[in-house]
Amino acid sequence: MSVLDLITILFTGAGTVFFIAGTAGLLRFPDTHSRLHALTKADHLGLGLIAVGLAVQVASPLLALKLLLVWGLAVLAAATTSQLIARVALPPHLERQKENAGQ
Amino acid sequence: MTEMPVSSAQLFGLCGAALIGIGLYGFIAHRHLLRRLVGFNVIGSGVFLLFGSTGYRRVELGADPVPQALVITGVVVAVSATALLVALIIRLAQLTGSARLPEESPGGGR
Amino acid sequence: MMPLAFDLFLCGLVLAVAVAAVSGRELFGSIVFFIVYGLLMALAWVRLEAVDVALTEAAIGAGLTGLLLVGASARLRRLQAPEEETGSRKARAATAIACLSIAGLIGAAVLLLDPRAPGLAPMVDCSLAESGVGNPVTAVLLNFRAYDTLLESTVLLVALLGVWSLSDERSWGGHGGLRQYARPGGVLATFGRTLPAIGLIIGVYLVWAGSKQPGGAFQGGTVLAAVWLLMAVAGVADAPRVSNRLLRLGLVAGPALFLAIGMAGAMAGDFLRLPPEHAGNLILLIEAGLTVSVAVTLALLVVGPPQRDLPHGEPS
Repeated sequence: MSVLDLITILFTGAGTVFFIAGTAGLLRFPDTHSRLHALTKADHLGLGLIAVGLAVQVASPLLALKLLLVWGLAVLAAATTSQLIARVALPPHLERQKENAGQ
Repeated sequence: MTEMPVSSAQLFGLCGAALIGIGLYGFIAHRHLLRRLVGFNVIGSGVFLLFGSTGYRRVELGADPVPQALVITGVVVAVSATALLVALIIRLAQLTGSARLPEESPGGGR
Repeated sequence: MMPLAFDLFLCGLVLAVAVAAVSGRELFGSIVFFIVYGLLMALAWVRLEAVDVALTEAAIGAGLTGLLLVGASARLRRLQAPEEETGSRKARAATAIACLSIAGLIGAAVLLLDPRAPGLAPMVDCSLAESGVGNPVTAVLLNFRAYDTLLESTVLLVALLGVWSLSDERSWGGHGGLRQYARPGGVLATFGRTLPAIGLIIGVYLVWAGSKQPGGAFQGGTVLAAVWLLMAVAGVADAPRVSNRLLRLGLVAGPALFLAIGMAGAMAGDFLRLPPEHAGNLILLIEAGLTVSVAVTLALLVVGPPQRDLPHGEPS
């Protein structure tokens, strides 16, 4: 088993640990905001580690760049949707406060 | 190398058959039209999986591209049908206030 | 042994999520499970070495269909169409038994299929060199069975006409009914400005790469449609009026170009015959037209029938 294979196993293993932690948080945390907090760990860090772990296996640097682009787009989308969900899930009096502060 | 009881292609074909059954149940048993639409889509993708799995039988010859092309065509046609059905369901709800066919609503048929 | 174990696990997961999608108690929950089901099906397609189909299933089957269903459930909730009560227990049991037997019969038919049948792969491999592309699925879609693809693009157009015909007499020619929730400086608006450039490159790349690797006009067109829808929802661009001439030109460009090339082939011999020395360029041309039409048609299918021209961003 070469060094590259070892790196892949290490990184994808670590990424999987983050995904398990995020899923446990989704199932066990009491309300929307804490669940979002757990999920962002899975999406950003977990996916990034898995992407790096796979990127060392591909033949050309262009393909590795594509994998990292996948991670970048997933981070962008996940961050935006977490913000939107968090805002929608605010209790009404906090939402009004945020509106007045922002406007 | 022991002979596997069922090959990968047959496994996915059986999965497709099971999906057709599940989708059919959802299509018949629910009265809310959007849930029937979900069942309709599950039937569709089950049929596609079954069809696509027939292209994987002789793995050493590579995957057969003809079922794959036909399944792609099928997915696009299914989404067109789904879009038309969604527009029809919303129009029905705008006109009658409920997302069920008139003959299946609690008030009885006409 | 290992691949079969993974396939078994994947099939079990797909079936469990399908059952959840079909029999969940809440409508929104079952739609979310349906989207997850679509993504797992994309994994199953990769296992069947059908990467083009996996791309299509993820983009159209899970993404676009899920978007349609979520939008529909939101509109139905606003129209206050009530949720249902389920039917009698006996009726449901009878239905379940009937569906189980149908699934069993089809499963038995699957097991009776000849496992040594070669299929059409050898035939496609023989003629791949003359088809003008390197990806066998694209060759089948746009050369060997181009007639199917021509009719498929027409089906998309007919579905859009059906959706448009459901509008009010008075609102004919107006904007589609897409709600715009975005605050001008907010997160969604920023996202709607950042993503379109990347999405445009990815969509065009998917179409162009489809001649040698998995990809193609339908996958790329769906990405472009999604980019346009995002811009509309984020308030960055407007869903155009249905009577816009440029819009209608974009809608028919794909099928019309395809038909024109087919007729040119008819005058030279057979309908839709692509001569091997020009096949590569002709296929690229057809794909360009198809991508534009598919993107515009899919986006308009999601937007829905034209509604009355209300003040900006306030449809029913």
